[in-house]
Amino acid sequence: MMEEKKFEKALEELEQIVAKLEKGNLSLEESLKLFEEGIKLSRFCNSKLEEAEKKIEILQKDTEGKFIKKPFESGEDNDLPAE
Amino acid sequence: MEDIFAEQRIYTVSEINRLVRQDLEESYCDIWVEGEISNFRVPTSGHYYFTLKDKKSQLRGVMFVSRNRYLKFLPYDGLLVLVRGTITIYEPRGDYQFNIDLMEPKGKGSLQLAFEQLKQKLQEEGLFAPEYKKPLPLLPQRIGIITSPTGAAIRDIIRVINRRFANVELLIFPTKVQGDKAAQEIAFAIDYMNTLPDIDVLILTRGGGSLEDLWPFNEEIVARRIFTSKIPLISAVGHEIDFTISDFVADLRAPTPSAAAEMVVENKLELQERLNSLRWKIINSLKYLVESWRSRFNLLARHRGFYQPLNMIASYAQRVDESIIRLNNAISVRLIALKNQFALSRHLLEQIDLLAYVREKGEKLSTLFSSLNAAFRYHLSQLSNTLGAVAGKLDSLSPLAILERGYSLCRRAVDRSIVKDARQVSVGEELSVRLWRGEIGCGVKKIVLSPKRGYNDGRKEV
Repeated sequence: MMEEKKFEKALEELEQIVAKLEKGNLSLEESLKLFEEGIKLSRFCNSKLEEAEKKIEILQKDTEGKFIKKPFESGEDNDLPAE
Repeated sequence: MEDIFAEQRIYTVSEINRLVRQDLEESYCDIWVEGEISNFRVPTSGHYYFTLKDKKSQLRGVMFVSRNRYLKFLPYDGLLVLVRGTITIYEPRGDYQFNIDLMEPKGKGSLQLAFEQLKQKLQEEGLFAPEYKKPLPLLPQRIGIITSPTGAAIRDIIRVINRRFANVELLIFPTKVQGDKAAQEIAFAIDYMNTLPDIDVLILTRGGGSLEDLWPFNEEIVARRIFTSKIPLISAVGHEIDFTISDFVADLRAPTPSAAAEMVVENKLELQERLNSLRWKIINSLKYLVESWRSRFNLLARHRGFYQPLNMIASYAQRVDESIIRLNNAISVRLIALKNQFALSRHLLEQIDLLAYVREKGEKLSTLFSSLNAAFRYHLSQLSNTLGAVAGKLDSLSPLAILERGYSLCRRAVDRSIVKDARQVSVGEELSVRLWRGEIGCGVKKIVLSPKRGYNDGRKEV
C-alpha cells in the first residue's frame, strides 16, 4: 500500500511537471530542472510497473487450520498457447 | 333436563377445541390459499402474524419462525401471496387460523421480491452510495479473487491475464459460490482477505447461473462484508444481464469475470501507456522548449533592438576610449606645457638673474678694465720715459758702447738671436749686423768651422 501511494504520487507529480513544461512559460534553467525530475519520476513509475511477477496462488488450510498460499494449478496453464 | 343431557356427550371447551382442531387439520392439510396480506406484524418471538383477506372475507394467518426463516423476502401489507399450510385452531382462544409453512408472492418469485426488498433496504441505509465507493488502486499488482477454484470464472480470469501478459499476482480464496453455505464462506473470505497486508484489489466472482444459483451474492451478510471491506472490491457475478446485491455494494461492477480481469489489467496497461505518453510529452516539450529558446535567441540576435544597444555600447566604448586618449593627450600636453613652462620659468629666472649679474659685473669689469688699461698705459708711458732716461745713462755703460769702438753685433734675422757660433747659421740665411751706427743686412755665403776657438776661426764669408 505504501508503494502504491508512492507510485500514485510520483505519477501525479509527473503529470504536473508535464503540464508545467507544456505551458512553456518557464526559464530554460527551470525547464531543465523539471525535465530531469520528470525523467527520474517516470523511471521510478516504470520500475514499479515492471516490479511484480506473474504468480497465481490459492489459499489452503493446513492441518492446523491456518491458511497457507500454494501455487494454483488450473485448466488454463500458463504454458498453453493463447486461445 | 338432566335426561336430555344424559343422552348427549358433554365436551369441555378444551376438548371441543382440540377435536375441531384435529378435524380441521385433517380436512385442510397442505392446502393452498391465495390472499392479500394485511395487518402484518412481527413480535419479538419472530413469528409472523397477519390477516389474509379477499374482498369479502378474512382469514387469520401465522407463519412461525421455524418456517419463516427460510423466507427470502419480508411479507408486507397489501402483498398478494399464495400460501401453503394447514387450517388449525389456536386452542387457548378458540380462534381458527391458517398455519403457513410456505409463502410465495403472487406475480413474481420470492427471490425476486427478496432481492428487491434487500436492495431497497440497503439503498436506504446508503450502502450503494457513490461516496462510499473506494477508487480502484492505480497500480493493482496483487489481486485477491474470491470464487470457486473449479468454476468457469477463475479460468476466464486467468485466460485474460495470460493473454495480456500481465505481470500481476493472483491470490485465490476458494469458496462455494452457490448453495446454503456459500454466503457464509464468501463473507468470511472477504474478511480474511482484509487481514492480508498486500492485497490491492478484490474480485468477487462466479459464472452465470439461475437466480437461485446466484443467490449467495444477494445475501445481506455478503453485502455487509463487501461494504466494510477496506480493500476495493470488484463484483463480477453471472452474465452481463445479471445484477446482484453484491454488484450494487461493490466499489465497481464488472459485467463478467473476464471483464473484471480486464479492468484490473487494463488499468495497469493504461498506466504503462500513460507513463509512456508522459515521458514522450516531457521529452518533446523540452525539445520544443529548447528549440523555441533557440529561435527566440536567434531572432533576438538578429533583432535591431538587440544589436543597436550593442552598437551603442560599442560607440560609447569608442567614445570612452577616445576620451581617455584625449584626456591622456591633454594631460600630457598640459603636463609638458607645464613642464616646459616650468623649465622656461626656471631658465628665465636663472637667466635673468645671471644676465643681470653678468651684465652688472661685466660693466663693472669693463670699467675696471678700461681704467686699468688707462692706468696701465699711463704707467707704461711713465715707465718708457723713465726708461729713455735710464737708457741714455745705461748707454755708456752698455756693451753697445763697445760698438763705438768698432765691434759689431751679429744677429740672425729670423729671431734676432745673437750669433756666437758659425754653426748657429746656415748658408743663405740672412743676418743683421749691428754696427755703431746702423745695421747691415747681409747673407751667409760660406760657413767655415774652425776647430779652435777664436774669432778668426769661425770664419764666415760675408
